[in-house]
Amino acid sequence: MSLLSQPTLTHYLVLGAILFAISVIGIFLNRRNVIIMLMAIELMLLAVNLNFIAFAHFLADPAGQIFVFFILTVAAAESAIGLAILVLLFRNVGTIDVEELGRLKG
Amino acid sequence: MTFQTAVFYVFAAILVFAALRVVTSRNPVHAALWLVLSFFTAAGVWMLLQAEFLAIVLVLVYVGAVMVLFLFVVMMLDVNFDKLRERFRSYIPVGATVGILFLLEMTLVLVGGYLQPGSTSAPGPVPAGYSNTRALGLQIYTDYAYPLEIAAVILLVAIIAAIALTHRERRESKYQNPSEQVRVRASDRLRVLRMPAEKREP
Repeated sequence: MSLLSQPTLTHYLVLGAILFAISVIGIFLNRRNVIIMLMAIELMLLAVNLNFIAFAHFLADPAGQIFVFFILTVAAAESAIGLAILVLLFRNVGTIDVEELGRLKG
Repeated sequence: MTFQTAVFYVFAAILVFAALRVVTSRNPVHAALWLVLSFFTAAGVWMLLQAEFLAIVLVLVYVGAVMVLFLFVVMMLDVNFDKLRERFRSYIPVGATVGILFLLEMTLVLVGGYLQPGSTSAPGPVPAGYSNTRALGLQIYTDYAYPLEIAAVILLVAIIAAIALTHRERRESKYQNPSEQVRVRASDRLRVLRMPAEKREP
């Protein structure tokens, strides 16, 4: 079986795994920038959705696509509230650096 | 190699490259634009998987709404982004280690299915007249009607939360209060003083 064969379920799952790993690395790399961290979370959700759709296609069950529908809803709500909190944070603290947000520390 | 197979590999390569650029870009505006590209490419991959409705929704909702929101916030905030990247390189070893271990573990689990040919074969072509949107709609409005309503409530909560968080009452402009204007009386504005008349010295 050659490497570049007809894409099977495994191809899509590995693509999703690569995307997820890239977003994990991104969260580590941008430890200080909240905006890029939010973008990395969006990428993670995209990888998860890709897995759901791949399974829905290869198992011929549209229930997986419906789950993606709800994940998209929750992700949109999450990014809206996250960006609102970000704006509030910048207005009150003057920075979006995660390491300077130690205000709740006792 | 068929045309669709070639399209899958090209899209996968673009997707991985765009995702890498998202997490390594120096400028958050560039990161947001790369994220738009990765969402668009992912929509293409979903098209290959015959999830047409969700692919369109991904382009409309994410590229059209969420990414515009991201760009709006990035451009609105006046942040010194170079300062945020000061210790960027010091995080590379731990980030790369965790990410690569992550990927290796998942690939080890998945590669078993890859070595066994035929275990997950692609389903045959869809019958003529099959509509992905219709199939999704039939299930969402019957079996998943209750989750759909919960999703609607979640969106409502997000709207109210975003407005309540960022809204601020601030009256810097000059304005009139008609109620006070109507209730005003002469004694509030005019005071009659009684004082003795003075005679000029000759």
